[in-house]
Amino acid sequence: MKDRLEALRREALDRLQTVDDAAALNDLRVHYLGKKGQLTEILRGMGGLTAEERPIIGQVANEVRAAIEEVIAQKQELFDRAETTRRLQAETIDVTLPGKVPAVGAVHPLNKVAQEIEDIFIGMGYSIAEGPEVETDYFNFEALNLPKNHPARDMQDSFYITDEILLRTHTSPVQIRTMKEMNGRTPVKVICPGKVYRRDDDDATHSFMFHQIEGLVIGPNIRMSDLKGTLLQFVREMYGPQMQIRLRPSFFPFTEPSAEVDVTCVRCGGQGCRMCKQTGWIEILGCGMVHPKVLEHGGYDPAEVTGFAFGMGVERIALLKYEIDDIRHFYANDVRFLKQFARM
Amino acid sequence: MNVSYRWLSEYIDLSGISPQELAEKLTRGGIEIDNVPSRNLGVSKVVVGYVKSREKHPDADKLSVCTVDAGQETDLQIVCGAPNVAAGQKVPVALVGAKLPGGLEIKRAKLRGVESQGMICSARELGINDKLLPKELQEGIWPLPEESRIGDDILELLALDDAVLELDLTPNRSDCLSMLGVAYEVSALTGRPVRLPNPERELFSTTDKASDHVKVAVEAAELCSQYSARYIKGVKIGPAPLWMQNRLIAAGIRPISNIVDITNYVMLEYGQPMHAFDAGKVAGGRIEVRLAREGETLVSLDGVERKLDPHMLVIADAEKAIGLAGVMGGLNSEVTTETTDIILESAKFDGGSVRRTSRQLGLRSEASSRFEKEVDPGRVTAALDRAAALMARYCGGTVAEGVAEVVVSTPAPVVIDLALSRINGMLGTELSTLEVSTLLSRLGFEMESQEEGKWRVTVPSRRGDITRDVDLVEEVARLYGYDEIPTTPIEGPTTTGALTQAQAIRRELRRVMTHAGVQEAICYSVTSRESAKMFPELSETARPIELAMPMSEERSVLRTVMLPSLLEAASYNLSRKNNDLALFEIGSVYHSDEPVLTRLPREKPRLALLLTGHVRSAGWNRKAEPADFYDAKGLLEAAFDRLGLSPAITFEAARPQGFHPGRTAAVKLQGARGPETIGYVGQLHPDLQRAFDLPDTFVAEIELTPVYEQANRRIEYRTLPRFPSVERDLAVVVDHAVAGGALTEAIRGAAGELLEDVSVFDVYTGERLGAGKKSVALALVYRHPERTLTDEEVTESYAKVLTELEQSFGAELRK
Repeated sequence: MKDRLEALRREALDRLQTVDDAAALNDLRVHYLGKKGQLTEILRGMGGLTAEERPIIGQVANEVRAAIEEVIAQKQELFDRAETTRRLQAETIDVTLPGKVPAVGAVHPLNKVAQEIEDIFIGMGYSIAEGPEVETDYFNFEALNLPKNHPARDMQDSFYITDEILLRTHTSPVQIRTMKEMNGRTPVKVICPGKVYRRDDDDATHSFMFHQIEGLVIGPNIRMSDLKGTLLQFVREMYGPQMQIRLRPSFFPFTEPSAEVDVTCVRCGGQGCRMCKQTGWIEILGCGMVHPKVLEHGGYDPAEVTGFAFGMGVERIALLKYEIDDIRHFYANDVRFLKQFARM
Repeated sequence: MNVSYRWLSEYIDLSGISPQELAEKLTRGGIEIDNVPSRNLGVSKVVVGYVKSREKHPDADKLSVCTVDAGQETDLQIVCGAPNVAAGQKVPVALVGAKLPGGLEIKRAKLRGVESQGMICSARELGINDKLLPKELQEGIWPLPEESRIGDDILELLALDDAVLELDLTPNRSDCLSMLGVAYEVSALTGRPVRLPNPERELFSTTDKASDHVKVAVEAAELCSQYSARYIKGVKIGPAPLWMQNRLIAAGIRPISNIVDITNYVMLEYGQPMHAFDAGKVAGGRIEVRLAREGETLVSLDGVERKLDPHMLVIADAEKAIGLAGVMGGLNSEVTTETTDIILESAKFDGGSVRRTSRQLGLRSEASSRFEKEVDPGRVTAALDRAAALMARYCGGTVAEGVAEVVVSTPAPVVIDLALSRINGMLGTELSTLEVSTLLSRLGFEMESQEEGKWRVTVPSRRGDITRDVDLVEEVARLYGYDEIPTTPIEGPTTTGALTQAQAIRRELRRVMTHAGVQEAICYSVTSRESAKMFPELSETARPIELAMPMSEERSVLRTVMLPSLLEAASYNLSRKNNDLALFEIGSVYHSDEPVLTRLPREKPRLALLLTGHVRSAGWNRKAEPADFYDAKGLLEAAFDRLGLSPAITFEAARPQGFHPGRTAAVKLQGARGPETIGYVGQLHPDLQRAFDLPDTFVAEIELTPVYEQANRRIEYRTLPRFPSVERDLAVVVDHAVAGGALTEAIRGAAGELLEDVSVFDVYTGERLGAGKKSVALALVYRHPERTLTDEEVTESYAKVLTELEQSFGAELRK
């Protein structure tokens, strides 16, 4: 019986050697080790053995089983691995084909720039104030030290609706509204973004509707040096720490002293280029110390408080920032234009 | 104002300061200079020549052959094409080797077989703006004055060796509309003194009296504080001296005749506009300053007949108006070649009145632009004397003694109290008393010291813009240098900045939309009258607000509805083959019910949305997905969800104008007074689609104020369920008209508290269901928060749901 077992082992191992697929391997496993397999068949003859022989034969039988199982397992693993390889190969895809990109829209570049500016000033402790686009002559002009027939009104030809109501020509009326709302309290620290309108013929650099952001600070001891400090901080956060500013005396009816502000040319870094007309400087905003008459209209005593104000055109900032050639692109809403501003 | 550098140097020493340096200095000091063009655009080796003879060219009709003495060793033979060249003329001659603007170099040449040793030049060929020259001189060569010396360099003769400072003046600095004003400014910046012109009064007669020839009366005294006139007899009209013409041309003013040129010259010098009347045409030797009479007309010097209004100030003689005060003279009293006697006017007219008249007539002149900013009352007489003296010297006239004038009032000088502490307090500087008084004195301000650090400052009359202490603070600051002002942080209590609720929501809406692939647009708020009518429900009852003077019909009213501008944007894109569009805009509409505004309109913030083409384009592995109603609705739902408004929002079928009647919903927000329509979402009506040349387009417009007010940003956290849910599907057959939303709402009502969620997962129509029927499949989710549900509980609720659907909608369970 022992010989039969040994013979079975040899035969099984021989046949297993040549097996080359999983199905045949399974057939062999059933053939040798299955319930009705060869091994079982031989062991059925155990009944005829003596009590001494039985454990010995039993051990041999177990060894034979173990040997066959081990080879089967090895073979099985080999076949599994080959099968996996085959499957992975079959599943291979072309990873260079485009992915499924979710559609992404862009915030309009003007709003994108405005939000950026707003965020900088929010970080500096400013609130955002808004006001109506249709304004009274009083808020738009008179309260800002621009009485009727003032020559400075020529600087901004306006869209009137009636003699007393017009489309605001700047966001400055929001300054007056804010002051009145504050009712004499200090400090006032706001920026006022919004649409404004002027009777300009549209061309590459002019649009009859455009956007402004103005700032207003009022307190008991606000100085022009604070204005310079504020603008420098803003410009550096907006364009980078290397930026410089330069103030030039100018005129606005609502500020005195008044200044126009140049910044280091964002394109050439001050070296001089076509954009800055070789000066190294780009004008980006106007500013000044709030005129006493404006403070009075806002309900403040110019002997008690001082303030500064500044204003900039969002279009101009965006044109410079993105080097856009024509202001009219902002209002044509061509999606090929708009989509370019989706980046963070 | 264009300022000749050479001319300016007559009033102040400019040695050591180049025109560019001067421009930089002035700009940094507050007088902006855009450009400093050289007057010489590239002329060299051009001299004065004398045309000794002119012969016809043997082989060319239009050419002539001139013999020219140009101060060279021999006479030159020059072929010339200008019709006006003549023997006996002095002319500009470009010698061989000369250069002309545009890079032209003159060479010895043969023209139709005749040698030409140079070129006789026109003004334009010398780079001079010939629009400033009389017509006849624009056509041909430029004959020079007889007294010009042969061989002299043309650059010197025409003062082309000069640069022009182009001043871009702010309205407050009208004092710099004069050479003297600029000289004072330069003086303040450099510390060098101003040299005033000498009005050679010794030239005036001592016998003949002006008052014997002209009487002045000022009727409209409130609009004319001074009117002064001199009388000049026996003038000979001719060209002004070349040096004066050169200066006028440099300033951009056309030379006309000696008398007119002198008035312009002195205007440029002093900033005081002047006018010369032909005394022979002034009836009664009388000058009246009065308001125009009803129906009065005047032909102004430009030949246009002007209808005058009774508010307009005129200069009149005993019979008629002869000039528009401060704006333009009348043709009826114009100085002509026959004129011999002159009434010369120098006056101060009210700026507002001049401005109003010139605007109303659309007539702006060098004079009006100065008067309307108020001229210096201190220079009216000085300028008059200066001009009269020039007329005596250059026009051969005799100036009568004295001035015929009415001085209504002489303004008192402006005196301002100024404190050092105010200056340093406003600027953040630490200037000393000495520094401040030095700076202001340089401007010619009189500084009277009070106690330490306090002054009484007397402002010179030329600086009408200085009226209070802050104006002086600015003068100090700009002379001290804005660059020298320190840079400081704001002192005082800190403040926190934040967005308001509305601002934060606006940004959130932008995020929701852009993250869903929608582009943000910004459209004009001014639109056409037609667009207001397209969506009456969205325009509500508002009347479009009209601009008084629109620039075009397309932009004549304020928009009452947002969608038309988005439709235009869509058309614009489609015509550029941008076929797949998803656009939104957050903006305002302007509503008022008044026919004529007396109050400000309501500015209502809104969100508008437009989808057309595909919401997802085709790829190598997927089909394109065309936009439909549910894309537009879904975007709104996403937005409302983000704002915590989903529970309060319902969509109901609606048929507003401009929308597809079967594919539109009113968006309702549950408010304090029940659900209120806050906008619409739907397909654009086919008529409008056609009008805008659009394919199927889906739009929405939503009122944002209620959204801002009711948005709920609080996140209410609920613990995760600990017990499993039970799901039941249900398919019912109902009439086509039954709304899915109504079914889910009814189910929520009937199912009881155990129902956690119900959603539609399929809608099916087919022949097997019968005409007008549809099958709606719904998924119901049940859960109990504290225990596992029993089958019986779910079945009981499910049965109630079914009964409710049968009773309310005639629904049949689909088998």
